[in-house]
Amino acid sequence: MRSLSRGITPLLLLLPGTAWLIVFFVVPMAFMLLISLQQGTFDTGYQLTWNFGIYPEVIGQYWELYWRSAIFALAATGLTLAIGYPVAYTIAFRGGRLKNALLLIVVLPFFVSFVIRTLNWRMILSDNGIVFGFLKDLGIVAPDFHFLATPASVIFGLTYNFLPFMILPLYVAIEKIDRRLIEAATDLYASRLQAFWRVTFVLSLPGVVAGSLLTFIPAVGDFITAEVIGAGNPQVFMIGNIIQRKFLDSLDYPAAAALGFVLVAVVMVLVTVYTRLVGSDQLAG
Amino acid sequence: MPQSVDVRLDHITKRFHEVVAVDDLSLEVERGEFFSMLGPSGCGKTTTLRMIGGFEEATSGTIYLGDADVTGQPPFKRDVNTVFQNYALFPHLSVFENVAFGLRRRKVAASEIVTQVGAMLELVELPGYEARKPSQLSGGQQQRVALARALINRPRVLLLDEPLGALDLKLRKQMQLELKRIQTEVGITFIYVTHDQEEAMTMSDRIAVMRAGRIEQLGNPEELYERPRTAFVAGFLGVSNLLEGDVAGGDGSLVTVKLHDGTLLRAPADGAATTGPVRIGVRPEKLRVDARAEAGASNGLNALSGTVLDASYIGVSTQYLVQTAEGHRLTVYAQNLDTAGAGELLAGGQHVQLTWKPQHTFVISGTAEHVAGDPHLTEEGESA
Repeated sequence: MRSLSRGITPLLLLLPGTAWLIVFFVVPMAFMLLISLQQGTFDTGYQLTWNFGIYPEVIGQYWELYWRSAIFALAATGLTLAIGYPVAYTIAFRGGRLKNALLLIVVLPFFVSFVIRTLNWRMILSDNGIVFGFLKDLGIVAPDFHFLATPASVIFGLTYNFLPFMILPLYVAIEKIDRRLIEAATDLYASRLQAFWRVTFVLSLPGVVAGSLLTFIPAVGDFITAEVIGAGNPQVFMIGNIIQRKFLDSLDYPAAAALGFVLVAVVMVLVTVYTRLVGSDQLAG
Repeated sequence: MPQSVDVRLDHITKRFHEVVAVDDLSLEVERGEFFSMLGPSGCGKTTTLRMIGGFEEATSGTIYLGDADVTGQPPFKRDVNTVFQNYALFPHLSVFENVAFGLRRRKVAASEIVTQVGAMLELVELPGYEARKPSQLSGGQQQRVALARALINRPRVLLLDEPLGALDLKLRKQMQLELKRIQTEVGITFIYVTHDQEEAMTMSDRIAVMRAGRIEQLGNPEELYERPRTAFVAGFLGVSNLLEGDVAGGDGSLVTVKLHDGTLLRAPADGAATTGPVRIGVRPEKLRVDARAEAGASNGLNALSGTVLDASYIGVSTQYLVQTAEGHRLTVYAQNLDTAGAGELLAGGQHVQLTWKPQHTFVISGTAEHVAGDPHLTEEGESA
């Protein structure tokens, strides 16, 4: 009796999580798959015709946007890592009594809506806004220069929006590192730079992996940034913009569902490759 | 006998903000010596060690390794290695890579590294553990890896920061002997920090007893135990009985001290104060308890009469607490040489006489009030 209950207990403990995954992930994905295989129009209604042809069709038409989304998200992830690591390192190792205050500052932007913040950047970075207007007055920047609606502006926006998602896991990982290990490395003839790469950075990898995933995954599917900072320029659209338009503007549900489904698949493949490369045990620390 | 000096600290001071952790400390450690810094937490011993290792910068003073001034040098340029408290093994590296870390940084050839790591793991009795991760080792094994990782670099000096603190008592005893064996085998100077007097006494050639950032007394274990020069040293290394009195005279090798109740006690004169108020001390195991209270001093022994307050039978010895007429309480460890068990204990309330040899007596200058008012006593200066 006891061994039986012991065998069942872990399964029972898994139940809520499994149920959650089924109700909120597997079932919606199945619905999305079924919708993608329907044909028809919004006015006449959609019928399930098992139209697998939609997949080659949307991929053929939009592969460039998947590519662009991946590049933008990757660039933003690299930038958040480059900016976030020194910030997280400084807070963790030099924050002292200010640690919590500094972390609060990192998450403070979340108190304002994502859309509002992005809209504000659009104003700040507009052609004659406070940044470029000023630079143009000084003659540092050409009068016809514009930043909004360029790929760089979208990457900038993504970097800004997802930076806290990089900093927080990095902070947690770096803060956990025993500083005696760094002292031990310098004691064993490692220069400060070698000690950083061979000890601090390696031990912070779980944070790097977690932060990259938390940044890359939402960034690759983001559409607000390209819509607002990209100023609706189709040249800088990401795949999220197309999906959003298909769903809400042209009401082409099957194509939108197919595009969404492909996006999920692409992200899963990329994440799998990434965690295999770095070692998935890094996630567990 | 002049020997070459491996480490020399010249008037080293370390301040953390307003707190003085190490106070104008000078020290020389000779080549091949097992040198311990012993003291309670906050006495500055770890800070001193960390300054030798290069992890803390001295506020003032100079640190020499051999003849070279290394005061401003970073740790990786100093020819010293450290065994850290709690070991600080790299959790992401195997035992092999942990031990090889220093050699790799110094670009030693790969084949040479394999040979040396193998030999070093042999020395610390962990052959075959190369592929393990530190988390797969017991505390004692981690300790050995930490030792191997430091020793493999053949430093001029090995610094050990309470390396046995995390081990249980039995393992600690075993590792003490092991450390001493390894030190003798490799012939490297060890500077060892501990708050455990027994540990320091077991292993060390010389011990610096530290307190409030200063060296209270420096000497070999026997000197420190038999001839403590301050009440702090007397109390920190074992139990001691201290009685107050005044120097009443001397006859060459011995001084006579008169207690406040008029009792005369004699002690070796070596370097002790020759006038004024002093405290006179004796270790509990040097005292002999005699039930014939009026036996009187004979054969030139020091004698004190008193009353047994408490007796406890501990097996190897019997511990008595005896109160003198003056009100002092003395601890006595009596060997159970001739007794057959607890039944033969002296009962509480019994009048006894305590006798001991003048040679077993030590004299500490000054009165107890002087020490109680010592501003250093309450000072906490050691970094965490």
